[in-house]
Amino acid sequence: MKIEKKILLVSTCKEKLHKLEFIKPVADILAKNKIKFFIKHYKNLNKKDLEKARKIIICGTALKDNEYFCNIEKFNWILKIKKPLLGICSGMQIIAFLFHGKIEKKTEIGVVEVKTKTGKRFKVYTLHNFYVSPTKDFIPIAHSKKCVQIIKHKSKPIYGMLFHPEVLNKDLILKFVNNEIQDFE
Amino acid sequence: MKLGVLFSGGKDSCLAMLKASKYHEIACLITILPRCKESYMFHIPNINLTSLQAKALGLPLIKAATSGEKEKELSQLKQAIQLAIKKFKISGVVSGAVASTYQASRIQKICNKLNIWCFNPLWQLNQYELLKELQKEKFEVIISGVFAYPFGKEWLGKKLDKKAINELLEINKNTPLNLAGEGGEYETFVLDCPLFKKKIKILNAILQYSNYAGVYRITKTKLISKK
Repeated sequence: MKIEKKILLVSTCKEKLHKLEFIKPVADILAKNKIKFFIKHYKNLNKKDLEKARKIIICGTALKDNEYFCNIEKFNWILKIKKPLLGICSGMQIIAFLFHGKIEKKTEIGVVEVKTKTGKRFKVYTLHNFYVSPTKDFIPIAHSKKCVQIIKHKSKPIYGMLFHPEVLNKDLILKFVNNEIQDFE
Repeated sequence: MKLGVLFSGGKDSCLAMLKASKYHEIACLITILPRCKESYMFHIPNINLTSLQAKALGLPLIKAATSGEKEKELSQLKQAIQLAIKKFKISGVVSGAVASTYQASRIQKICNKLNIWCFNPLWQLNQYELLKELQKEKFEVIISGVFAYPFGKEWLGKKLDKKAINELLEINKNTPLNLAGEGGEYETFVLDCPLFKKKIKILNAILQYSNYAGVYRITKTKLISKK
């Protein structure tokens, strides 16, 4: 019997209470669209979880939570993974950092406008104190006034969104899941 | 960690507090009392009763009066949180923000400036799910104000129970409204929830209503023991 593979949601939250704020909203979007998923904290993630996953989404965390940067070695699997991966906020910072991006202090809180490289403009909800400037391994797809907001790896199915699509851009999460990622542009 | 709850006395701040209490210690409540602007006071008819709710909860309350001007409100809220940090050693705040990016980002900015944690346990929660959770947790909530079509006078003081939730669902079929009232369609007041040590009994209230806007102003209450 073939086992149906699910979407893996990776939590980067130090505080359990923040799961309601940063993981549940993403999980609810998937559940509403009858997409199967499972949730793992990055510290408890193992090889089997990655094998079991169809696609992976690394969810964001609170402004004051930077613990994931102290445990960056727990994310080394990102460098080898061949499955589609989307990093949201802290998730994008982790991805860009592992590919040798530089951490910069850059705060955005609230609704801002982003512009894609094809000229599309839309509002997004931001919540970050840091930003990791992507290296040449990545193509920047959208910017806000302050920094790059969407990135795409040049040769791997790896994406990053610095804003929180689960708030105002729920469709982008579904597009990642449904292979309509050209629409990010 | 010790947390302060941004407390309006309505269902959202109480449910957020309940969820936060499962992981952290609730050390105090923080209530913002808009002064001056009559319209504000009209919309939150029983905001003064947060003192009574604090007593029912057995928690200290910090009350901060604000001028009602948007820009000043922000620094006044910041001062109130600073006072809670000093007095009750809180390391973070809890808010009942559900969908409003305006409300959530204002609180996030203040917490970020003060370098404290910010928790919004109801963030993006489905409105129907939120109402169902109140039922599951045996909250006793009344509608304390209505501010939109098609709410009639009969909604004022009504218990937000299963029957009322079904009525809201029916209304929602024909009139698009925020089921949980976050768009300001209605206001609520919590008489009892699992964290209350005593519950509130309303002895007297005044109804003011005209043209789909009205308030249920509670004038006399008492705290009674929970069975």
